[in-house]
Amino acid sequence: MELLLFGETGWGDELLIATLMTLAVSITAMLIGFVFALIFTPLKLSKNKFLNLIANFYTTVIRGVPELLVIYLFFFGGSSAIMFVASIFGYNDYIEINAFLTGAFSIGIISGAYSTEVFRGAIQSIDKGQFEASNVLGFNKVTRFFKIILPQMLRLSIPNLSNVWQITLKDTSLISVTGLVEIMRQSYIAAGSTRDPLLFYTVAAVLYLMLTFLSMKFINKMEIKYNRGY
Amino acid sequence: MDLDLILNSFPKLLSASIITLKLLSVSLMIGMFIGLFFAILRIKNNIIFGKIAYVYSYIFRGTPLLVQIFIIYYGFGQVEFIRESFLWIILKEPYWCAVIAFALNTGAYTSEILRSAFQTIKPGYIEAGKSLGVANKIIFYKIQIPIAIRQSLPAYGNEIILMLKGTSLASTVTLMDLTGVAKYIISTTFKPIEVFVIAGSIYLFMTFIIHNLIKFLEKKYSF
Repeated sequence: MELLLFGETGWGDELLIATLMTLAVSITAMLIGFVFALIFTPLKLSKNKFLNLIANFYTTVIRGVPELLVIYLFFFGGSSAIMFVASIFGYNDYIEINAFLTGAFSIGIISGAYSTEVFRGAIQSIDKGQFEASNVLGFNKVTRFFKIILPQMLRLSIPNLSNVWQITLKDTSLISVTGLVEIMRQSYIAAGSTRDPLLFYTVAAVLYLMLTFLSMKFINKMEIKYNRGY
Repeated sequence: MDLDLILNSFPKLLSASIITLKLLSVSLMIGMFIGLFFAILRIKNNIIFGKIAYVYSYIFRGTPLLVQIFIIYYGFGQVEFIRESFLWIILKEPYWCAVIAFALNTGAYTSEILRSAFQTIKPGYIEAGKSLGVANKIIFYKIQIPIAIRQSLPAYGNEIILMLKGTSLASTVTLMDLTGVAKYIISTTFKPIEVFVIAGSIYLFMTFIIHNLIKFLEKKYSF
């Protein structure tokens, strides 16, 4: 048990920092996912067949291919792609990209595909009258989206987004393969140096359970808050 | 694009996908029984067993699959009495460790899917059975279970696809499944895009087949 204490001999403080790292990667990935979703949701709903195809390709491929494979693609492919671009501009040294950014970006692309589907469903379930009323009142497309559709869409998508958040949070455990020190990687290091994998992986499981439990509490509160007018 | 690499690695990846399919089918079969067992515990009105089943599904759905595999593969090997018992024959093999982790994980999700299916069965079906004088056991096996399975087909189809993607984690415990071989080829050739395209297409093809199979079953057993 003293292995879990804080300070020089214990792993408590390291695990706490690793937990914060997991939380940071998850939130960053979720936000990157929102950016992707805000780009691809309009494409998915557009009447243009070609734009539809692009958006469907994105969501189908990302949701049909294992997360680990996507992470390997960005982990091994990311730095060589950047070095290729840099070599065009005459910079030929080795560039190593940040493990945090690679991880957050690859998980973000995955969570973006799920968020796209959630947003699409939410927009489609907004009452048609809302669109018609905003047309009649003479809103232009941009104001209509940001002032009328987006707030309703967010409220409707909170329950499903909480699932996406859970998936994203659990997917971050996979970035440990890229060497980013989050919960999983820290437990791996601790298990290796103390030869007590059972203890440390169980602690990792408990930490993840705590994160999912607390975030569910938080999301439930949010759901009640945003539903108070309905 | 390196066409030679694509042609060379395609057969390797294809033969590795057999291991992926094996892992998937074995763990789904075991997981189905686990899921059915815990779903029944949940719907019987026994508070203690219901709580146990709830905690089981909460733990396995709330933690990443990677942690579960690592606990079983690295963690259990450390315990003295497991290493001396007959369990060690199974637990020393990475293949069976992965199967156990996958089966327990998919069992938790399956139990939730089946539980909600059991709870949405119209009480009229059960009442009709009772008024016709059918024994409770037969009502359960011949009416409730078939309806629940039909109800849960769409959700279970998603679960199969999630599990297919989950099997890629077997590569972290030294198993050479599709993702394991793909990673090996990527790290020896440093051509991630080509390998991703092939491995990804194989996974997508499997997803496509599963999706259509479930659709076919839904149509066949619709009522």
